[in-house]
Amino acid sequence: MSGQEKQVPGLLGGFGAIIRRDLLLAWKRPGDVLNPLFFFAMVASLFPLAVGPSPEQLMLNGPGVVWVAALLATLLSLNSLFLSDFEDGSLDQIILSPQPLPLLGLGKAAAHWLLSGLPLVLVSPLIAMTYRMPGDIIGVMMLSLALGTISLSLLGAIGAALTVGLNRGNALLSLLILPLAMPILIFGARTVSLAAAGDPVAAGIYFLAAYCMLALTLAPFATAAALKISNE
Amino acid sequence: MWRFFHKLASPPHFYGLAARMIPWFYAAGLALVIYGTVAGLFYAPVDEEMNDGFRIIYVHVPAAYISMSAYMVMAIAAGIGLIWRMKLAHAVAAGAAPLGAWFTFLALLTGSIWGRPMWGTWWEWGDPRLTSELLMLFLYFGYMALRAAIDDTAKADKASAVLAMVGAVNIPIIHFSVEWWTSLHQGPTILKEGGPGIHPDMLYPLLGMILGFTFLFGALLLARVRTEVLQRERRSRWVRNLIMPAGEAA
Repeated sequence: MSGQEKQVPGLLGGFGAIIRRDLLLAWKRPGDVLNPLFFFAMVASLFPLAVGPSPEQLMLNGPGVVWVAALLATLLSLNSLFLSDFEDGSLDQIILSPQPLPLLGLGKAAAHWLLSGLPLVLVSPLIAMTYRMPGDIIGVMMLSLALGTISLSLLGAIGAALTVGLNRGNALLSLLILPLAMPILIFGARTVSLAAAGDPVAAGIYFLAAYCMLALTLAPFATAAALKISNE
Repeated sequence: MWRFFHKLASPPHFYGLAARMIPWFYAAGLALVIYGTVAGLFYAPVDEEMNDGFRIIYVHVPAAYISMSAYMVMAIAAGIGLIWRMKLAHAVAAGAAPLGAWFTFLALLTGSIWGRPMWGTWWEWGDPRLTSELLMLFLYFGYMALRAAIDDTAKADKASAVLAMVGAVNIPIIHFSVEWWTSLHQGPTILKEGGPGIHPDMLYPLLGMILGFTFLFGALLLARVRTEVLQRERRSRWVRNLIMPAGEAA
């Protein structure tokens, strides 16, 4: 018996294995990571073309545009979060594995953030520059995006788990997640706008951090429940 | 006490009980709404700033109140259904969603009509409560779309229950974050420190309307849940007996 128990990885082992596996899969198919990034850049470049290139307007709209584009790009990448696992049956194995399912769901969300949220945060200064945002607010913008995209990955994992295996899942996922994601969008974009106007931003950052903590503690359990329901 | 709940959870018992309760709910609701409408439209004094325009609150406030309570009813019923595997609770959640969406729509519509003379615009993004009502409507749409997308009723029940509970955790956050915007909306008039801030002749019809809407919502909900139960239990013996009493069976 004891020999068998040694083969089962511990809690951290299972968590790490999920993240390693998803990163490896993404490495083999880089398009899945790059497409949402290109989408992010394209949505952000649509606005100056549609609204007009006047610098004042760009500076005013920049924070909102960056945040809307980040939200849409995250939604785009969320659809495939559990899809390939569902199709090739590894989702069954994940649910059956001895590690607690909420922890593994958290691992999936963490991998999703590393592959979609983190690249968005790293690319966002480029967009900010084209919108002529002052250089000293870029730090605040990246921090707000980092906290916000972590929450979005966690919240989105619930929606992805609920809609996995459904036809029309793509549009449905957006319908489920967008209203719930509104507080993140409001506080994220407002915080960057306040920073651009030179006002204090601590309240917004605290809110985003608090939301992130709440999502970290509660969302994995909802994801796990949803995965079990979708896969039964 | 517990026996009452067990009995309530049995679909045939609920089906009969609801049928007896619905007329009382309709009667109470209609009486209160008629009182509220007559007293509110003809006897309540005219508002100093808003003239007769304020009278739309007799529809707007109760509708907005029901739109929130319906979501709470839905989320609590969904939670009970998910935790205690009570089928009737899922039927209640499924029945509450379209009603909640309609009352939300009514609140939005009346709010928009009120906004036209007061703010000079049909829609004002700067008003937090109108905006959060809109998000509320989207939450209902998401819930109903998820239900509609899943063919298996038991699976749809559980999946939408998870969504309803996630939504219930998020609603206060959504309201707070939308509040954080600049506010154009009337401050709360009824629940204010130091008692109501409006004249009793205006207040009582409003309270009557809120209570009346609640009874009407209860009657409509019971009627919806009855048909929902009937459809879900269509293969069971009691429904067959109901449709085709034993004597008439061919």
